[in-house]
Amino acid sequence: MTGLFSEVFLSALLFGAVTAAIPLLLAGLGEQMSEKAGVLNIGIEGMMLAGAYLGFVGAFYSGSLWLGFLTGAAGGMAVALVMALLCVRIGLNQIVIGIALTLGLEGLTALLHHFQFSRSYPRLPAPNPTVIPTLADIPVIGPAFFKHHLIVYLAVALVVAMGYLYRRTQLGLNLQAAGDKPAALDVAGIDVIRTRTIAVLSTGALAGLGGAYLANVGAGLFIPFITNGAGFLGIVLAMLARGRPVWVLFGALLFGVCLSLTTAMQVAGINIPTDVIQMLPFLAVMMMLVLFGRRASLPAALGIPYERGAR
Amino acid sequence: MSNLSSSPVDDIVALEGVTKRFPGIVANDSIDLSIRPGEVHVLLGENGAGKSTLIGMLSGLQQPDEGRILVDGKPMPITSPRQALALGIGTVFQHMMLVPTLTVAENLLLGGPWWQRPRTEELEARVAEITRSLGIVVKLHARVSELSLGEQQQVEIVRAMVRNSRLLILDESTSMLTPQGIEELGALMRRLVEQGLAIVFITHKLKEAAAFGDRISVLKLGRKVGEIPPERFRALGEQEIISEIVELMFGKRKDDPEAAERPVASVDTEAAPLLQVIDLAVAATDNAPGLSSISFDIRPGEILGIAGIDGNGQKQLAEALSGQRVASGSVRLEGATIETLSVGERSRRGLRYLTDDRLGEGTVGTFPVSINFFLKQVGAAPFWRNGVEQRAEIDRRAGELVREYDVRTPSLKTPVARLSGGNIQKVLLARELAEGAKVVIFNKPTYGLDLANTLASRQRIRDAAQRGLAVLLISTDLEELLSMCNRIAVMANGSLVGTVANADDARTRVGRLMIGLAA
Repeated sequence: MTGLFSEVFLSALLFGAVTAAIPLLLAGLGEQMSEKAGVLNIGIEGMMLAGAYLGFVGAFYSGSLWLGFLTGAAGGMAVALVMALLCVRIGLNQIVIGIALTLGLEGLTALLHHFQFSRSYPRLPAPNPTVIPTLADIPVIGPAFFKHHLIVYLAVALVVAMGYLYRRTQLGLNLQAAGDKPAALDVAGIDVIRTRTIAVLSTGALAGLGGAYLANVGAGLFIPFITNGAGFLGIVLAMLARGRPVWVLFGALLFGVCLSLTTAMQVAGINIPTDVIQMLPFLAVMMMLVLFGRRASLPAALGIPYERGAR
Repeated sequence: MSNLSSSPVDDIVALEGVTKRFPGIVANDSIDLSIRPGEVHVLLGENGAGKSTLIGMLSGLQQPDEGRILVDGKPMPITSPRQALALGIGTVFQHMMLVPTLTVAENLLLGGPWWQRPRTEELEARVAEITRSLGIVVKLHARVSELSLGEQQQVEIVRAMVRNSRLLILDESTSMLTPQGIEELGALMRRLVEQGLAIVFITHKLKEAAAFGDRISVLKLGRKVGEIPPERFRALGEQEIISEIVELMFGKRKDDPEAAERPVASVDTEAAPLLQVIDLAVAATDNAPGLSSISFDIRPGEILGIAGIDGNGQKQLAEALSGQRVASGSVRLEGATIETLSVGERSRRGLRYLTDDRLGEGTVGTFPVSINFFLKQVGAAPFWRNGVEQRAEIDRRAGELVREYDVRTPSLKTPVARLSGGNIQKVLLARELAEGAKVVIFNKPTYGLDLANTLASRQRIRDAAQRGLAVLLISTDLEELLSMCNRIAVMANGSLVGTVANADDARTRVGRLMIGLAA
């Protein structure tokens, strides 16, 4: 008993929860932006994978973690560009294209990994944490929350920035109008296609960054299917968050705890089959959907390609 | 067409020979129009006359195929809504173009440069100035979804003013307003033109055109068929203007086209009733009134009207008879009880119901016109054999019906939702009046239709009665009932409060029943 709930165990559990939550947070924030603008971005899992792969490649060959984040974001954005072209500009079905992108990227990154890394399984060195003075000295909470890589704090700061963007800026208004009533935005003189494209590309960048974090900081390596549904969890988070970035953060932390718990319980050697433990985060998803699914409110024009003058 | 005397430089916007085609339809055919400051220019025409297309081209949503648009006397293609706004053309569309989840202020701010912070204080000052000069109140911080349609419309007008519009286009703006709201809009338009604005006011209602316009252009089937300039407008009285417009629109002079009183055919009172309803009752639900002890019968060739304020159980009555709603009591068709039969079986025996919800339950909008004719016979020969659709047979019969009922459709394959309301109604009429119909229930058959289609639908119903069918005509339009029915029953709170023979004093007697007095 004491072994399981010792200070060290608790702070490791919470540390792991934050590490697991960051990719979900970034994916959720990204998905939220697309959905706000009326694009259901199912391809986000593929964008994360592209980000994870390219992020790892960038960091591995350059030796710079930051360059890795950059290439990862660029990778996610490249996939998003395809999505924007097909679904926003041409107006193809967002669900079909999204699934196709995800499946395609799963195959492509697995294949590239097979050629490049399947013999050596290279690892990145452990990242240097940015220790926040004094706060990091608080027992349990200190090591759990204030000894992370700088990007973690930036991701949390992004929650505030997004909140500001949606509530206080012209672009935020445009995004919401593009999702709720695109025709109104169009006749107000703003290009709906461009607004949605901006949203989808931003989603790609955020998802790619999330994937790069997952590979470079979370795991320190790239393996096929490394995202393991993180993008899809991001979609769930975005749908439950009602357009509020702060809810994405809370949701991501909740899932993060579940994911971390699975690792911790396996390490602690609790006598439950690992399959059951690994099921935990997804049970949490279902619980959340049952509890909060009804309060999800989605933009009226979500998933509907915009065509000027169509009735 | 008739403004040779004026120099085109006076026009804010002028159209010269503008033509726009859509697949299968010429929506606008070589239209000339001149729009001037200080004038309410009414564009009058029925559904499908091409008014909305014209607006689409002025507001930058569509481009003309031929002809040109002049702004301040110079040719100027309007390629996007943004450009239309920049040229000073503001449009209030028929369907509200406000984002319901945003506040009024946020909606007014939409369209600013994206890198800027919304300039709320500046906007507030500007809106205060505009609303003061117009004598209206706009709740800047209310969410749009909380506003009434009239208030939303005022917001849209204010938005056009905030954008410094010189030309304000109002597309069917009165269609969703209360009579009070229509009066207010008329007064508001007057104040706006007094400030030097040009207004294009689109409507299909003659009275509004005569009451609010300075200049009227009449559109018919995509062509401009006439114009009444302001000088002439001022010289004529309202009644004269209306009769002149009717002549332009219909090519024949009538004082009020709807008042065409038909001699009501007499019915053989000795004949056995085709439909007998005895003690029909439906339990009330949360959102619908019930029915209690409804009894009537209809003889062959007879039209029985159901009058009453909307929502007093008319729809429940129609659905109870058609079998779509559980009811107690007895319903007899040609003497045989049918109250236990299914919807489909009642329809096969000749009891047909023409719903007022044309797109919701009447048709499948995405299905082609041809299939919609036979929705109630899916699976039945000769249109289906062994579960397989007989395309040739369907198209052949559908083609006949399209001709017979004058359905204006680009093709048989066109999804029915793309047709205008009047043409969808023709499809429904064709379907429900098809072989074997004995009793037909019409629920608000002319609701939302333009004049020509209204008159055509009424004629179809009269023809059906003439052929010996029994007709139950539910309508909230007393004029309609008086011009068609043999008898009129009045419905209130789910029961029939009285039945009146359609004689000379029927209007007052039905009116008294409707307001709760004894006939």
